[in-house]
Amino acid sequence: MVNITLNGDPHKVQKGLSLYDLLQDLKLDPGKVAVERNLEIVPKSTYQDIKLDEGDRLEIVHFIGGGKKHG
Amino acid sequence: MDNDSFKVAGMSFSSRLIVGTGKYKDFEETALAVEASGAQIVTVAVRRVNVMDPNQPMLVDYLDPKKYTYLPNTAGCFTADDAIRTLRLAREAGGWNLVKLEVLGDQKTLYPNMVETLHAAEVLIKENFDVMVYCSDDPIMAQRLEDLGCCAIMPLGAPIGSGLGIQNPVQIRLIIEQANVPVLVDAGVGTASDAAVAMELGCDGVLMNTAIAEAKDPIAMARAMNLAVQAGRAAYFAGRMPKKLYADPSSPLAGLI
Repeated sequence: MVNITLNGDPHKVQKGLSLYDLLQDLKLDPGKVAVERNLEIVPKSTYQDIKLDEGDRLEIVHFIGGGKKHG
Repeated sequence: MDNDSFKVAGMSFSSRLIVGTGKYKDFEETALAVEASGAQIVTVAVRRVNVMDPNQPMLVDYLDPKKYTYLPNTAGCFTADDAIRTLRLAREAGGWNLVKLEVLGDQKTLYPNMVETLHAAEVLIKENFDVMVYCSDDPIMAQRLEDLGCCAIMPLGAPIGSGLGIQNPVQIRLIIEQANVPVLVDAGVGTASDAAVAMELGCDGVLMNTAIAEAKDPIAMARAMNLAVQAGRAAYFAGRMPKKLYADPSSPLAGLI
């Protein structure tokens, strides 16, 4: 297992797990989210190729209702 | 007037009202209000997915991104870096370049931080984003943003969420007069007449959220705003009568008994 930070919280994943597999495990539709890994945007087309490493910091975001400030 | 479409970043829209999707009771109400407003562009926020509960309903399930143009915003960002990160993620999530930049400077007033806004706009435009920008009502700043390549200038009419109406018609008019890109009042509208005032000044559109979402009946207010924006635009084209200091009778005085 390797330790990563997922949306600010500690998270353990299988060594060598791809980002695509992680999204599958989390039951997230890759089409509806965007991922930042260590402050860099991960293009959707590379989710299968990205293998998660010890210490990776992931941000997984989506669109929510939002106008001003209160988002 | 018949072919009076609103054009921004190479896209064309028949509605001049852009609505936010925050502060509603639930997604059903959001969808009904957006429908009633006639808006074709909706602002959306970018936030962390709740990884503990991925089955929570998502906005995209209620507002079809194929039907509405999603305008990701940076509401809640107080630095250029946060705004830039947010919009890079938004582009990857959505796959389009049109975004709304908003960098706030102060928690109490939510007034825009123009130094950070200018910096963020410069970076984003270099990265080929189409940037609609929330800004102060300062014509000099508006010009700078246009010179940088922003595709729409969106000065506030009053503080965000205040519902005070257009407090600064003189500055808004100056900004409209000099601009070669669309100018939209973003923030401050409280009720339908405020939206009409903005449009009568010659704005290309109005962006609002709270005025609809916090009305007693948001769906009815959405409809009112839809009509107000159209009425204000029509009055702008019609050209209002000059203001006079004294009365001027409408009926002829000749032939009075």
